[in-house]
Amino acid sequence: MLLDANTLPFDRLGQALNEAKEDVIVKNCCGQRYLADGLSSGHVQIYGTPGNALGAYLDGGEVTVFGNVQEAVGDTMNAGRIVVHGIAGDALGYAMRGGSIFVRDSAGYRAGIHMKAYADKQPLIVIGGRAGSFLGEYQAGGVILVLGRGFEGGPVVNHFCGVGMHGGAIYLRTNCPPVVGDQLLLRQAEATDMRLIERPVADYCALFDVACESLAGVPFWVITPNTANPYKQLYTFC
Amino acid sequence: MLEGQVRIPSGCAISGIFSKAGRPINGERIVRSIALMHDRSNGLGGGFAGYGIYPEYKNDYAFHLFYEDATAKKDCEAFLERHFDIVNLSKIPTRQVAGIVDAPLIWRYFVTPLPHKLADSQLNEREYVAKCVIRINSEMQGAYVFSSGKNMGVFKAVGYPEEVGEFYRLEEYEGYCWTAHGRYPTNTPGWWGGAHPFALLDLSVVHNGEISSYDTNRRFVEMFGYKCNLLTDTEVIAYLFDYLTRKQGLRIEEAANVVAAPFWSTIERLAPKERERLSYLRTAFSSALITGPFSILVGFEGGLMALNDRLKLRSMVAAEKGDCFYVASEESAIRTIEPELDRVWAPRGGEAVVVRLETQKEEAVCRG
Amino acid sequence: MPRLNDYPAYQVLRDPAKCTNCRACEVQCANGVHRFSEKTGAMVADEDKCVNCHRCVAFCPTRALRIERNEPAFRSNANWSSDQILNIYRQADTGGVLLSSMGNPGGGKVYFDHILLNASQVTNPSIDPLREPMETRTHLGKKPNRIERDENGDIRPNLTPGLTLSTPILFSAMSYGSISLNAHKALAEAAQALGTYYNTGEGGLHKDFYEYGEHTIVQVASGRFGVHKGYLNAGAAIEIKMGQGAKPGIGGHLPGSKIVGDVSRTRMIPEGSDAISPAPHHDIYSIEDLRQLIDSLKSATGGKKPILVKIAAVHNIAAIASGIARSGADIITIDGYRGGTGAAPTCIRDNVGIPIELALAAVDTRLREEGIRGEVSLIASGSIRSSADVVKAIALGADAVSIGTAALLALGCHLCRSCQTGNCNWGIATQRPELTKRLDPAAGAQRLIHLITAWTHEIKEMMGGMGINSIEALCGNRLMLRGLGLNETELSVLGIKHAGQ
Repeated sequence: MLLDANTLPFDRLGQALNEAKEDVIVKNCCGQRYLADGLSSGHVQIYGTPGNALGAYLDGGEVTVFGNVQEAVGDTMNAGRIVVHGIAGDALGYAMRGGSIFVRDSAGYRAGIHMKAYADKQPLIVIGGRAGSFLGEYQAGGVILVLGRGFEGGPVVNHFCGVGMHGGAIYLRTNCPPVVGDQLLLRQAEATDMRLIERPVADYCALFDVACESLAGVPFWVITPNTANPYKQLYTFC
Repeated sequence: MLEGQVRIPSGCAISGIFSKAGRPINGERIVRSIALMHDRSNGLGGGFAGYGIYPEYKNDYAFHLFYEDATAKKDCEAFLERHFDIVNLSKIPTRQVAGIVDAPLIWRYFVTPLPHKLADSQLNEREYVAKCVIRINSEMQGAYVFSSGKNMGVFKAVGYPEEVGEFYRLEEYEGYCWTAHGRYPTNTPGWWGGAHPFALLDLSVVHNGEISSYDTNRRFVEMFGYKCNLLTDTEVIAYLFDYLTRKQGLRIEEAANVVAAPFWSTIERLAPKERERLSYLRTAFSSALITGPFSILVGFEGGLMALNDRLKLRSMVAAEKGDCFYVASEESAIRTIEPELDRVWAPRGGEAVVVRLETQKEEAVCRG
Repeated sequence: MPRLNDYPAYQVLRDPAKCTNCRACEVQCANGVHRFSEKTGAMVADEDKCVNCHRCVAFCPTRALRIERNEPAFRSNANWSSDQILNIYRQADTGGVLLSSMGNPGGGKVYFDHILLNASQVTNPSIDPLREPMETRTHLGKKPNRIERDENGDIRPNLTPGLTLSTPILFSAMSYGSISLNAHKALAEAAQALGTYYNTGEGGLHKDFYEYGEHTIVQVASGRFGVHKGYLNAGAAIEIKMGQGAKPGIGGHLPGSKIVGDVSRTRMIPEGSDAISPAPHHDIYSIEDLRQLIDSLKSATGGKKPILVKIAAVHNIAAIASGIARSGADIITIDGYRGGTGAAPTCIRDNVGIPIELALAAVDTRLREEGIRGEVSLIASGSIRSSADVVKAIALGADAVSIGTAALLALGCHLCRSCQTGNCNWGIATQRPELTKRLDPAAGAQRLIHLITAWTHEIKEMMGGMGINSIEALCGNRLMLRGLGLNETELSVLGIKHAGQ
């Protein structure tokens, strides 16, 4: 089913998507919000620039965007997959609990903020370019992977990477690993780590038609919470 | 309570277009851009600033005024006549729009300071004009100057921005730069002066966010002759930039380093010279630091700056196509008027993006 | 005529079932309250001598001791309190001026307790300070009036010397002599570890403490004790003490009996000689003379040290501060009427001056009205009791605060207000070696570090709630404050709205 966003009232596209009983292709999308929110099955393909809160509460199925996405993509998503052939705005995958988000290029501030894992749900964000500040802030579970493609000569994350992180892992492919606080551990990835991200890396390459070999030659780093030195507030009772 | 008596925090949308080649851009384009972000406003304020729109009067200050009634107009015009040579005056052309009600009297004056008055004041011309504007706005009941620069103009009202654009017939104006604002105040609507942009001389500000440093910033700038009558963030931000650039002579980029200063932990990791420069700016102008979320567009003669707060708590996307620079709260607001872009990027928090007319690249933006 | 003032202020209650006659209380009490009675085979107390310092209570291994206030059962009278009656008796007995120490204990309005803080909801995000960047670094000193550029157009840093604090809390001036060397050492070590400053007070700088110079403010008071060129250059800044909140208009007097050994050497006066600090500086009888002293100090230190001027909060404080701001001072310390002292006439301590909240607000407002707030930084003191007081003071307009009583409490002081006796059982306000050794400087420093660290955490929590992540955006941010139970005049002086407005 093909939906031309230009022929629909601006605020009706989301509803039209929800009511569709089959896979949908949306053309000429520009700023329409809340698309595929709570979607649980099927495949939505969007051409253009969807508005904020794309795929929020996503519960299954797949959303593919041929273009850039804005803020709060995959907010609180539970399952399914979002694939972005472009860049992503701020707060990508806020509080996501499951499913995966693949962004071909860079992401804005606070990507993966408050990402968590639960039972068999292991959320995943793969960012092909670089990420803004506060990547994985408050991360409590799941995996964030930044490939730094095109940024091999410099940092792939901005300031305050992983602050408040207390679970999960951030993987960075970079020649310039960031400075992290005492509450985090930063180390170069070992063979066992690499095995854990083999599949997401391969998926990324397949999705965006990138040769896997082109990623060779740059080390991966792993950031995890420092369990020996967690964030702690001292309290005294009165 | 009216706006100006109580502080009204607000959320918003912003958009801007700038032709570096100085090509005239029709006002209709910026209206279409901001209209796309309708949901980020709530109909309680919208506005635009256009630069290069009055080429035939480019050497005169263009005053746009709201009057509550004819008495206010009479009194204010008497004041203007005492201080300025009024080259031209007219009602600002508007059309009836369903969503725009309770319009005040809206007048435009092209003026130059009376030479003997200017000489007597012992002020430079821009300070003289600024002082007159601040005096009208803080002392003259029912009169409000909402635009006072040369070859630029602010158009604003209570309503959705697209309604405001239609009301002011912006398709009849062309300029090399436009900024726009859709307002989402979290309080009862005030009056038209409270809408954005907020402007003094040729400097205009549109702003998305609510700053937590408001009263620190307000009490700081009020030391230097400014009066924050509206109690809005935008007003104080405009005055901060006016103070830092026009009165202190900071470059607009340096002013951005002041209001969105990097954290000390970031400053300490920089090379010594840059570290010293940023430490100095942060220490010397500590009360001008703005905390809390903001994305702002600062228009000035021949240039435009886009700036996010240092934590980038508001969204903002920049783009380029040919000689045109675009910036907006959402990328779709750019795509809707320019689907094919050469480059799209999100500037970092605290990282000022400044564009200038190619003809004016060399000219310092800061003048006394 | 019997002595009318015959009411021991306190009762020493000893549980005989718990007391083991270990005599720890006797050892700990420098006032000689406790002794073992051979006759009864039990410990007895001379309650007349008890000052309620709680030293014996703290050291009683079996928790057998309790001190209670011994309220004389005068016929009730709302006008004549028992304290007032007893004071009359004391003065009629002796003809003496009533003398007290520490701050005014009276029940006057504490404005801090009538001010509430704001927090963000929806329109502005609050911040978790434990995990997100949150800055308390504070610079004290002048702001440049104009920027300057070099021949390349680059900004030439033209800041004059100032002080940089990691957190906006300093330790107030307390002299060596009024407090012990160990107390000073604890303050110095804590200031160094915390990245802030302690203040020598007017008693000079002990030779062992020059190493803490980078974290020391050296004071120049009217008596000029221990002031010499090396001293002036030893600290990070120099404070001219014009007044003290507990005793505005009053000088100081450290009796000759306390001028012994190192105190004598540090003050550079002979042993046994009274250390009299004149009420005014006798080289300052007017504001232009203050400029002269500031300039002479700058001259003696090559202009490298910022100059603080400490004044008591008095009625025309705003005009005085304005004059000081125009006299070349870099920082003004304003000390409120509840501030502490080692000894002051009670009539002065309890009746002269105004509360710090009102004084601070009035000064900050005035300096802004005159456009000269950037000429000076403001330190508020007298009395700051908690992190909330710190936040409120800064939002009212202070750049930083300084704490004296709170710091002494952290060192073990129990506010018995008997400093003037020199028998401080906690080793703080005494020079008796057997008492001063009770205060371990390292342990004391650790307690001070704990206190300031905890307060700093709390300050960050309160800032985070307001959505402010840098202390400079809190300074003077009065919109973050609301009054509770204050009248129009009080609100107007404080420059804040009432809660609900």
